[in-house]
Amino acid sequence: MAETMLELDKVNTFYGKAHILHDLSFKVAPGEVVALLGRNGAGKTTTMRTIMQLARPRAGSVQFEGADITRLATHKVAQAGIGYVPEERRIFGDLTVMENLEVGRQPVRDGLPAWTVEHLFELFPNLAERAGNRGKQMSGGEQQMLTIARTLMGNPKLLLLDEPSEGIAPVIVEQMAQTLLEIKAKGLTVLLSEQNLHFARIVADRAIIIEGGSAVFDSTFEDLESHPEIRDQYLSV
Amino acid sequence: MSFYFAQFLTGLSSASSLFLVACGLSLIFGVTRVVNFAHGSFYMLGAYVAYSLVQVVPGSILGFWGSVLAAALIVALVGVLVEMLILKRIYNAPELYQLVATFGVVLLMQDAILLIFGGEDQFGPRAPGLDGVVRIFGEPIPEYDLLLIALGPIVLGVMWLLLNRTRWGILVRAATLDREMVAALGVNQSWLFTTVFFLGSFLAGLGGALQVPRVSINLLMDLSIIAEAFVVVVIGGMGSIPGAFIAALLIGELNAFGVLVLPQATIVLAFVVMAVVLVIRPYGLLGKAETLAHSAGQVELPIRPASTLAKSVAGLLLAGLVVMPFLAGEFAIVLATDVLIFALFAASLHFIMSNGGMVSFGHAAYFGLGAYGAAFVIKYAGGSMELALLAAPLMAAAGALVFGWFCVRLSGVYMAMLTLAAAQIVWSTAFQWQDLTGGDDGLLGIWPSEWAKSKTAYYYLALVLCGGGILAMRRMIFSPFGYTLRGGRDNPNRTESIGINLRHHQWAAFIVAGMFAGIAGGVYVFSKGSIFPDEAAIPRSVDALVMVLLGGVQTLSGPVVGAGVFRLLEDEISRLDYWRAILGAIIIAIVVIAPEGIAGFIKKIAIKAGFERNEEQSS
Repeated sequence: MAETMLELDKVNTFYGKAHILHDLSFKVAPGEVVALLGRNGAGKTTTMRTIMQLARPRAGSVQFEGADITRLATHKVAQAGIGYVPEERRIFGDLTVMENLEVGRQPVRDGLPAWTVEHLFELFPNLAERAGNRGKQMSGGEQQMLTIARTLMGNPKLLLLDEPSEGIAPVIVEQMAQTLLEIKAKGLTVLLSEQNLHFARIVADRAIIIEGGSAVFDSTFEDLESHPEIRDQYLSV
Repeated sequence: MSFYFAQFLTGLSSASSLFLVACGLSLIFGVTRVVNFAHGSFYMLGAYVAYSLVQVVPGSILGFWGSVLAAALIVALVGVLVEMLILKRIYNAPELYQLVATFGVVLLMQDAILLIFGGEDQFGPRAPGLDGVVRIFGEPIPEYDLLLIALGPIVLGVMWLLLNRTRWGILVRAATLDREMVAALGVNQSWLFTTVFFLGSFLAGLGGALQVPRVSINLLMDLSIIAEAFVVVVIGGMGSIPGAFIAALLIGELNAFGVLVLPQATIVLAFVVMAVVLVIRPYGLLGKAETLAHSAGQVELPIRPASTLAKSVAGLLLAGLVVMPFLAGEFAIVLATDVLIFALFAASLHFIMSNGGMVSFGHAAYFGLGAYGAAFVIKYAGGSMELALLAAPLMAAAGALVFGWFCVRLSGVYMAMLTLAAAQIVWSTAFQWQDLTGGDDGLLGIWPSEWAKSKTAYYYLALVLCGGGILAMRRMIFSPFGYTLRGGRDNPNRTESIGINLRHHQWAAFIVAGMFAGIAGGVYVFSKGSIFPDEAAIPRSVDALVMVLLGGVQTLSGPVVGAGVFRLLEDEISRLDYWRAILGAIIIAIVVIAPEGIAGFIKKIAIKAGFERNEEQSS
């Protein structure tokens, strides 16, 4: 059994009365890039929010590096080394690019390369040109890059990316895939949710399909390809 | 010419003082979303502490400024204490709860200051080294005023540097925009909020301490400054510090010159300016559209018709109210009349709040308008009580028609602030238009007609009018009008997109609520025989909010229960010394411990015991 970085064990999350996650369990190993697949409303975003403790699970636990992080305050989850890039990007619109990065800054963690503004500008050259601009003046693609860069400023061990390719021009999506591969090469563990199967395949090692708040498939992409009926059942629109 | 210049400088120096207070208030609101009524109390505390320190330290320059700074620091620590002990527990509650809790702090602080510093007005010494005057164009200008004039821009500059050039400032600005995201990036919001409260309270304390050489220090400073500071913050745009600076200049000069043109209407002027600014720029001069900080997870349960059990309880209550005069003494009858009046008043506020999602911080305006409307009929038209009781709802509805037109154009905190402004206009008119209203002396000798003179007869009259009013509003809640309002409350866009003119419905609801508050005011004036401006003042508006909260915002029977409990409680404790502090402590305790209110609490127990339907299981 390989080492585990993140483990969800029978997690049940509700929004008010709506039961979103039903006994959701899965694991992510260090250095892995895992894609959460599933239709709209399957529970991908809620999974991310539950890991961050932005949504509190009513039952089950979330373990990070062997420690129970269920019910921890959100900022403590982030400080433990989980970086979160939300679906809606949530750039601080009135803050400049540099200031947005500053909000994300956290101390360096041992065993990982420290991200500096210079590194991030190399990774996202567009941001360097717009360092003094305000967040709300940027295009959707640039905002997506900024939100990833902002999260990397916290030097996370595990990166949660919620639908990074959503609403972005195809050419930028290709660029984003390259960037993610570079991030992966630096040793970061990534859990991303995606609807774009093509994009997920390029960057991820493993696929987990969520349907109705439970994991219904957890294996390699090759495995997924050899079972087209699974893809048809859970992923096709 | 030189006189006007001197007047201009006076305006600038009061603008500086106002800015110090408003700046802290705006900062606290921007980051924590708390509308902090207690900010004025911090200001008052700063003045009292500085006054006391100046008395004991030697009258040197160092001693004076040391006292001012020490006072501001002490106030900052008190602010932190309030934040950690009370507000920290209710950050996720709706804004209304926080506002009411901070009003509890206002009451507590009034009595604490009375206890510690005594109740007399105090006059501080002049500032050593700055006790002279400078002649500018031949007009004597106090040196101290010149210092204050310089201080405003200095504080603005320091705040700008803090917010733009430090990590703390960047985090504060980020938290103003999206608190949740800031936490997800690993920032401890709790710590951030506490530091913001420290700084905000420090500025309020400093503002108060600097008043010691200028004005008399008294126990009314808190509410008078908070009303002005709210105006400044709202005009400037809530959360915007430069906006607060511009607005403080505007209001400072408006006061300085307004007093020359319209000496009777100085207080009104500021609120009129605020109303005009908000209509032109709904988020203030430099403000931005409200980001919905509480968007997640506040689903309101549907309002259901009363269950058989609830109907029987209500029937029993009504029967009890009808036979009550035969069993109880005169004192109890008078008290019960009071409870009926306030139940209608609270129900009218509840009508727009729970149904329409419109929070009014100034509902006393319509209570006061109704009361004055009735009093005018008796005093000036020689009319009868019957005619006066007809005039009360008309006058209140007319007021609600005018103010409501402005208010329904806004939403959330801005709307609440505009309702507060409207109430302050009514209050200050009643207070300053002596010829008409008698000012602070009030209008006296307004008694019921012969047939209703006995306490028992008047009680039955109140029961019919107030009980009828409550039932009428209940009927409206279950009419299509009520459904439309609740639709608008839950989702304004969807409601409008199915072809409903939501603003008109909200306006109508505002007028209906004002009208019923006016009936309560009319019945009130004849039960007391007199009317004073206090009936339209901030504490009266807060009373209504507390009654609604006490009963439970989401419970239809809430306002009736809340009014009953509140009135009986007030009657019990108002005989004690320091009753304000006791009331304040009770208010805080309710908000922190039982946010669903008494009726909500009973309902929860009834559901648990199986008497009522459980919404969670039924869906």
